[in-house]
Amino acid sequence: MTTLREPAPTVHERLEHTWRDAPGLVGWLTTVDHKRIGNRYIVTAMIFFLLSGVQALIMRLQLAVPDNTLVDPQTFNELYTMHGTTMIFLFNTPIVAGFGNYILPLQIGTRDMAFPRLNAFSYWVYLFAGIFIYSGYLVDQLPTAGWFAYPPFTGSQFSPDMGMDFWAIGVAFLGVSTTVGGINFIVTTFKLRAPGMSVSRLPLFVWAFLATSFMIVFALPGVTLAAVLLEFDRAFGTHFYNPGGGGLPVLYQHLFWFWGHPEVYILFVPATGVISMIIPVFARRPIVGYLAVAASLVAIAFISFGVWVHHMFATGVPVLVGSFFSAAGLLITIPSGVQIFAWLATLWQGRVRWKSPMLFSVGFLTVFVLGGITGVMVSVIAFDWQATDTYFIVAHFHYVLNGGVVFPMFAALHYWFPKFTGRMFNEPLAQASFWLMFIGFNVAFFPQHILGLWGMPRRVYTYQSELGWDGMNMLSTIGGFVFALGVLVVIANFAWAWKRGAAAGPNPWEADSLEWATTSPPRDYNFLEIPVVGSRNPLWNEDHREGIVTEPEHGGEVLAPAEMEEETLGTAGLDARREAVLPMPEPTYWPIVLAFALTVICVGVLLTNVQLIALGFLGAVGAAIGWFQPHEHGPEPEPEPEQEREQEMA
Amino acid sequence: MAAAAVAGLSLSGCAVRAGALAPKGPGARRAEFEFWLMTTVSAAIFVLVCVVLVWGMIRRPKSGEQEGYGRSGRLMIFGGGIAMPVVVLLGLMGVNVYMLAAEPEQGDLVLEVTGYQFWWEFHYPELGVVTANEVHIPVGRRVELRVTSVDVIHSFWVPELHGKIDVFPGRTNTWVIEAEEPGVYRGQCAEFCGLQHANMALYVIADEPAVFDAWAEHEAAPASPPTTALARLGLRVMQSSSCAGCHAVRGTTADGQLGPDLTHFASRETIGAGTVPNDRGHLAGWLLDAQAIKPGSLMPPVPLAPDDLHALVEYIETLE
Repeated sequence: MTTLREPAPTVHERLEHTWRDAPGLVGWLTTVDHKRIGNRYIVTAMIFFLLSGVQALIMRLQLAVPDNTLVDPQTFNELYTMHGTTMIFLFNTPIVAGFGNYILPLQIGTRDMAFPRLNAFSYWVYLFAGIFIYSGYLVDQLPTAGWFAYPPFTGSQFSPDMGMDFWAIGVAFLGVSTTVGGINFIVTTFKLRAPGMSVSRLPLFVWAFLATSFMIVFALPGVTLAAVLLEFDRAFGTHFYNPGGGGLPVLYQHLFWFWGHPEVYILFVPATGVISMIIPVFARRPIVGYLAVAASLVAIAFISFGVWVHHMFATGVPVLVGSFFSAAGLLITIPSGVQIFAWLATLWQGRVRWKSPMLFSVGFLTVFVLGGITGVMVSVIAFDWQATDTYFIVAHFHYVLNGGVVFPMFAALHYWFPKFTGRMFNEPLAQASFWLMFIGFNVAFFPQHILGLWGMPRRVYTYQSELGWDGMNMLSTIGGFVFALGVLVVIANFAWAWKRGAAAGPNPWEADSLEWATTSPPRDYNFLEIPVVGSRNPLWNEDHREGIVTEPEHGGEVLAPAEMEEETLGTAGLDARREAVLPMPEPTYWPIVLAFALTVICVGVLLTNVQLIALGFLGAVGAAIGWFQPHEHGPEPEPEPEQEREQEMA
Repeated sequence: MAAAAVAGLSLSGCAVRAGALAPKGPGARRAEFEFWLMTTVSAAIFVLVCVVLVWGMIRRPKSGEQEGYGRSGRLMIFGGGIAMPVVVLLGLMGVNVYMLAAEPEQGDLVLEVTGYQFWWEFHYPELGVVTANEVHIPVGRRVELRVTSVDVIHSFWVPELHGKIDVFPGRTNTWVIEAEEPGVYRGQCAEFCGLQHANMALYVIADEPAVFDAWAEHEAAPASPPTTALARLGLRVMQSSSCAGCHAVRGTTADGQLGPDLTHFASRETIGAGTVPNDRGHLAGWLLDAQAIKPGSLMPPVPLAPDDLHALVEYIETLE
């Protein structure tokens, strides 16, 4: 298919000149290009994934045999706390944001996110908050209370060192990044869709990001408040959670899970968006039940806010209250079920190609069905009283989060790797890595269901051999290492392909969505011309194939590069009518300066050093002033000769 | 008998793999019923999904199947994605409510349970019994636990008897357990509570009512005075050293309230909430340096001359 239009050199060069970052370090620090930021998110998140994996493997070694003394209890508690914190806050959320950043603007046919500087800021905050949380290792003061950090254990009386401060401040700080990211996705989707991309033509990936971004905006204040009040208790001696001062430990749990349950869906919904893109491409037919799937995503976003007490059935909540949340927990199965059966129907009616992204997607499907089933089981209260806080739950949420998010993320890595790099990886090696990960995953986590039913609580650093838990634990450890081997194979494959892989071409998978209509990797300005969309699957539909170029008789509008050089197009309404030409900002230092100033405030709070807080505050105000100074355009580019434009359009 | 069973089951080397699937009480039985019901239904659904998945990937689509839902699509999405979950979930909601309605709110006998880092205190207010980590209950009677904590959140869990109830500071939760047959049921703290969360076990020993009454009467009595010279020396060491600051031995001047009550310590099977067996060797080691055995527990090392240690061990092991 010839969807790619070779740019005329002059136009291409002028766009290149306008959109290019400065070379070297300056460009690296000042870029606001969504693709570079997206890449950064993904690479940074993968580094945290590997760190977290090492932590997990050390834990599995410790638990492989009973009464083990490989690590002491303090170290073990630090390991599982950092593992959970890293996976949730520093891997899952950001890698999802990374794919969103890279892919979403391409899929809706625009040139960047709605707020490119905010986007850069969001990444820098993520990076600095991640470093902040991990800098506990430098002073050997790490949190030990697990990724949900229940007080009063996390109060200053029982956790006097700075480990919990690193955690609470870091988590609250990171919330800034996630929140502005969510807002950015919402505005981008609402305002920057290519003309003609009505809501009924929106790729499901974009639907998923829209749903998840609304969840972020409404849920995230919960965890931010929980962490900030915890830090108030710790640093300033308030009594929000301190029962000795009339505080309420259970208040923290409500605040935390008010975010924490939607968070599961905040991670999982974009992952389903990825799957809804990949399965149709490799089944070679449009998804069955587009509307049902889109509606399910929205339904999940709503219902997920009614499930949080699901995590608190054993806290002594009244039976009636428990039953309400139990019912909501069961209800959310329906939209998830609709999605699963829509994928099954798509496979049923399609002609399946066996490629690695598809393998990861089908692996996800089976694993996630199991995780969903155990999720239903723990929504039923009397059983949950047995299962909660045991290895049954550990198994359940690894099926949901590792199976339901990590597998889709690896599917996405394989699916979009050619787009990111312009090169193909080794397909047989990719399939081998899938099988290692899939088998390793199931061997690692399935036995943990059984361990939980046999009475093994989570978060124990050791167990006695008389309890009979040895065999299953050993099996689980072996599975963990097989999984890790699979991850290493993926990395090796990508490292090789990045340097030596065969050229991928613009659309190696013969996919349908707009990111495949441009070069691999896309040019700085994404599209030479803003496409006009006439179909839900623009690259597939014969009738609409020309819809992605800008022929007046189809799109009704000419959006030639000359009038769109430093701008992108703003659209309005459900049907994405052309509304305005939006100027896009140049590269700038202000986002990184502002993020750094906020980091200084965090360090000030950590050390309860007022001068440092004041310094950071001044810096932040200064950076904000610099950020908002009136936008100065560079020298106007020379007007393009009319003749050339006509040739261009012809 | 029960004591022998504790020793036999817990620390002698044979595997106990009881847990939630070997219920010995009505609460655990309800959970077990729900587990098998849901596992059966789930297995059927999982197999169905896998069959559709594999078959769907193998079969070649018919020519008309490239547009819209198609018959199979409508059947799967509305049948499999909506109708099937609605039916299954309505059933589960019914089961959920039915099982919750069966949950008793009050018991016949009150047992106050207090969580400490990292051990359990048990107090039968009606019987005047205070003990730690190992508690007896009468078979066939509903025991109403009133659980609270002095420090952080713990969770009380004896899987063969019932699910968990969280143990909060500043709040008392009520939980009714019942054992259907005599036996020793191991439990463990299930909410992370600190460095030694892993070694915060407990044993519930279910006795026939007559045996239980005898146990309660014995436990309620003060410690009997030492009879040998060595044990008398041990008592003096106890009262004059740091032991008495934290531990109580009813009938002596030791009345500390921070650590476990030791009045009938020798009748327990383990030291340190299930950490090591209760014998002279482990006891001596525990007294000298509990941190080597259970690092992070609040029991400090007790520097004692060898003779004093010997006498103290002798005395404590007479506290039947």
